[in-house]
Parts: sequence; C-alpha cells; structure tokens
Amino acid sequence: MPFVANFPLFCIIITLAGSVASSVLNGKNAFRLNILIITACLVMNLSLLAYLVTNPQQITYMMGHFPAPWGNETRFGPVEALIASVFCFIMLVSLIAGKTDIFEDVKPEKLNIFYVMINLLMSSLLALVYTNDLFTAYVFVEINTLSACAVVMAKENGKTISATIRYLIMSLLGSGLLLLSVILLYDLTGHLLMENIQQVMVQLMAIGDYRLPITIIIGLLTVGLAMKSALFPFHTWLSHAHGSATTASSAILSGLVLKGYIILLIKVYYRVLGLEIVSGLKVLNILFVFGLLGMIIGSIDAISESHIKRMIAFSSVAQMGYIYVGISLGTPAGYLAAIFHIIVHAFTKPMLFSAAGGLASAADHKYYLDQMKGSAYRNPVAAVAFILGSLSMIGIPFFAGFGAKYYLSMAAMTNPDKMWIALLALAVSTVLNAAYYVRAIRAVFEKSDEPLEKHKNSKSYNIGMGIFIVANMALGLFYQKIVDIIALGLNYL
Amino acid sequence: MGPNLLSNYYETAAMVLFGIGFTTLFLQPNLIKKVIGLNIMDSAIYLFLAAKGYIDGRLAPIVVNGVTDMSAYINPIPSGLVLTGIVVGVSVTAVSLSLIQKLYKEYHTLDMDEIMTMVRKESEH
Repeated sequence: MPFVANFPLFCIIITLAGSVASSVLNGKNAFRLNILIITACLVMNLSLLAYLVTNPQQITYMMGHFPAPWGNETRFGPVEALIASVFCFIMLVSLIAGKTDIFEDVKPEKLNIFYVMINLLMSSLLALVYTNDLFTAYVFVEINTLSACAVVMAKENGKTISATIRYLIMSLLGSGLLLLSVILLYDLTGHLLMENIQQVMVQLMAIGDYRLPITIIIGLLTVGLAMKSALFPFHTWLSHAHGSATTASSAILSGLVLKGYIILLIKVYYRVLGLEIVSGLKVLNILFVFGLLGMIIGSIDAISESHIKRMIAFSSVAQMGYIYVGISLGTPAGYLAAIFHIIVHAFTKPMLFSAAGGLASAADHKYYLDQMKGSAYRNPVAAVAFILGSLSMIGIPFFAGFGAKYYLSMAAMTNPDKMWIALLALAVSTVLNAAYYVRAIRAVFEKSDEPLEKHKNSKSYNIGMGIFIVANMALGLFYQKIVDIIALGLNYL
Repeated sequence: MGPNLLSNYYETAAMVLFGIGFTTLFLQPNLIKKVIGLNIMDSAIYLFLAAKGYIDGRLAPIVVNGVTDMSAYINPIPSGLVLTGIVVGVSVTAVSLSLIQKLYKEYHTLDMDEIMTMVRKESEH
C-alpha cells in the first residue's frame, strides 16, 4: 500500500488534534494554527488525488491492520480524494476571506472556540467523505451537526441563537431517522461496513423476501439526510441560519456542511445498496419530485426575499434541488452531474456569501437590498465577485455553473421517463435564477445620493476574494478535467 | 402481523417510543419538552439495539470463570453501539439545553412560537 494511503487518516487526526490545541490558544494563534492545519490537509488530499488519478484504484485502509468487525476502515478512490480536496480548499479560502468579519462578530475571548469548532467541522466532513463504516458515519454526522450549530451561533445574539436552535432541532430529527435506518440495516444484514452490507443486500434481493423493510430503510435514510441537507420541504431552517450568521459561517454552512451529507447519501446509494436496488424500489421517484419542487420553490422564495443573504440561502435550496434531481435520475450520468454540481456549488456559493458580506459592510452592515444602493462602487472587489458568482449560478457559458447545468441536462437524457420534466424544470428555474440575481446586481449598482466613499477592505478579504475569483474562473474554463476525474472515480466509488 | 408484533414486543415498544419521541421533538412548541422528546427517541433506538443483541439464555459478554466459548455470551457489538449512542445523545442534549438556557435569558420564554414572533418583530425594526 502506498504511503499516500495514510493521508486521509492523518487529515482526520490532525484536524481533531488541532481542535484540542486551539482550545488553549488565543484567537489569533488559533486562526494561524487553523490555517496551517487546513493547508496541510489540502496538500495531503491533493497529493492523494494526484496518486489516485495516475494509478486509478480503490484503496481500503484498515486502521491498525485490524479487519472488521474489530477495526475501523476508510475506503477511497479518486472521487473521495477530489471532494476532500475541494472541501479543504473552500474551507481555507472562506476562512481567509471571512477573517475580518469573524474577528468583529465573535467575542475576543471566545475566538479560539470558533476555531475549535471549525477544526471539528473539517474533521467530521473529511470523515464523512472517507469512512467505510456506517456507524462511524453516524457519529461524525452528529459531530458535524453540533460544530455547525456552534459556528452558526458564533455571533451570540438572540437572532442567531433562535436560528441555531431551529437548525439543531431539524438536524436532530434527521439524525434520529438516520440512526434508526443504520440500526435497521445492521439488524437486517449483521454488518456495519459498507461492502459487507452490500454483499448481504445482493443475497437478500435475490431471495426477494425483504423488499418492504429495505424500502423503509432507504426511505428513512434518505429523509434523514435530506432534512440535514435542506432539501425542500425541509429547507425552512436554512434561510434563518444564513441570514444572521457571520459571513464565513454562511459560506461554510452552505458550501460544505450541506454537501457532506449528500456525499454520504451518494456513497450509501452507490456502495451500500447498489444502483439497481435503489432504482428498483421507486424511492428515487419521490426524491425526484421533491428535488424538482425545491428547484422551483427555492427560486420563487429567493425572488420574494429582500435580505441579500437570505436570498442567496434560498438559492442554495434551489441548488440542492438540482443535486437531488441528479441523484434521483438513478444513472451513473446522474451521479456524475450531482457530484459535479456539488463541486461547482461549493466553489460558487461561498464566494457569493463572502461577496454579499463585503457589500453589506460597505453599506454600513445593512443586508436589505434597498439599503445597499451604491455599495458596489464602494467595494468593487466584492462587486466583481458577486457578479461572477451570479453569472455562474444563472448558468452563463464560460462559467462553472453552465457546466453543471449542461451535465445535468445530459444526465436527464439518460432517463427517458424523467427527461422532459427535468429539462423543463431546469429551464424554468434558470429563468427564475436570473430574475433574482439580476435584481440583486441592479440594487447594489444603483447610484445612491450619499457621497461615495471607498470602503477599505482588509488585506485578508482581498486575498480571499482574489483566490475565489481566480478559482471560479479556472473551474469555468477547465471543468472538463474535473468531470474526467469524477467519471474515472465513479468506477471506483 | 398481530402475533409477530406481540412476540417481538421489545421492537414494537421501541418503535412506538420512537414515534412518540419523534413527534414530540417535531411538534411540541415547548423547548424543554422537545429535548425530552429527543431523549425518548434516542432511548427507543437503544432499546431496539439492546433487544437485537440479546440472545435468550446467554450471559453478558464479560468473561467469567474462564469460559471463552462464544456460545455462552450475547452479541457484544450492539451493546457497544448503544454505549456510543448514549455518549452522542448526552452531548447533543447538553448542547441543546445550554442553547435553550441562552434563549430563555434573551426572551424569557420557552415557547418556540413566541420566540419566533419576537425574532420577527426584532428584525422588522
């Protein structure tokens, strides 16, 4: 086994260790340590990705060389390494771009706690991507939930705490269903490791006795993870959590936390249950309907919202709808589109949130569109990023969002039953996307009567936004490479 | 269906409890009662797991008097999972309770609906 195979475990361990160490540091040093650790994770994941792309394979890594059921396992191929690299990268850039806001919004004596939570969040995200054991996945889902809640409530005013408690309750309902489904799966198959479950699953389907329990299990698991990843109709908590949280928290919550659960869902569908079983049980049709409704209703909600961050949050609901539609097509092309959409959205949405944060701080920390007149002239960096992000989300060619929509419509062609509805909904929601993003752009570019004063951005904000802009442009131009890696990796998922 | 439900009464009870806990957590406006619902829901799953691991007439999986034969003991994995689950449940409960305490200090009520109306009024200003 190559040495790079150790890296996923190393990443999980150093982020966990970093969270312990941050608890005794002051805020500034905790920030530095955090940046250092996440950069290290990024480098390790990228080198793992490079190795796995040149030597395509699936590596099963037994911790301490103990086979199941005594030991625990991670298992990974190119897709996992790619997703983990993206997560590390976005986390890093969001933290750099959001640094000033974090230092303003969080009480100085609690700053290090914020970074403890960020470390835990990173660790649990990586564990969700890499783990091969369903119960471990459940434990890390809970860690993810708790640390995400803490990150959302970092401002500690009434609004954020009430938003957090709504998020927490929704998440706990989801965790309960997820745990129940994992336990039922264990009860039915006697295993917790993914491929052992799959072997038994194939036998059970061959006998044909257990269709009803398996349907119930898939249903519970899907609903549980959908609740946590804000699929319509479980999306109401998202806009509140985003509207009041600090900039970096919104960016991380929308760009990464929601995605971790979807990656887990894709892994369970692909690796634990197998595509044929999932497609055969009609659960996907229900997911398809809710995905479509999410695409449309998320966009409509965004149109009627005048708070800029809540508007972008509703746009996230719509984007989650796209991803779930991709999954629910049930074909490998659909999964490819879903995973690619996850990556595109992870690149674009944090940039939009950071840009919105910058525009708002140029407009005296006001978040309603009618109060943000002229903020684009005061903060041109944020304005450029906001325009690029909007164009990408609408799906203009040469931007990453176009690629995502292109692959989703190509995937829709592979499923003749769902093709027309999916394409129609895609078209409608693209128009709706354009409606609210253009409105927001016009609002921030409207000339205001007040004299124009250049807002002075902090250095870290400019660096972070610069990286975001370059990364998004690069993704828009070279997305074929990413798609090739995903297509390669799906064979080893 | 009926006789099966009766003979598997542990599982039946666990599922009924899970339903009670889930609906309490979902629908009850009082935050403390929501946490109680969460705990009922979690306990129901632990009961289900413990019942699944139990094999009639066998002992707890602790080696006594040098008996190492596997058939003398029950399946230890579900018990291990229950322990992990309890740890998770306790930390989640602790976090929710501390959040609720902060909310109570801010709004002087435990009713989620009232808190939401107050938050809405606050953001209109």
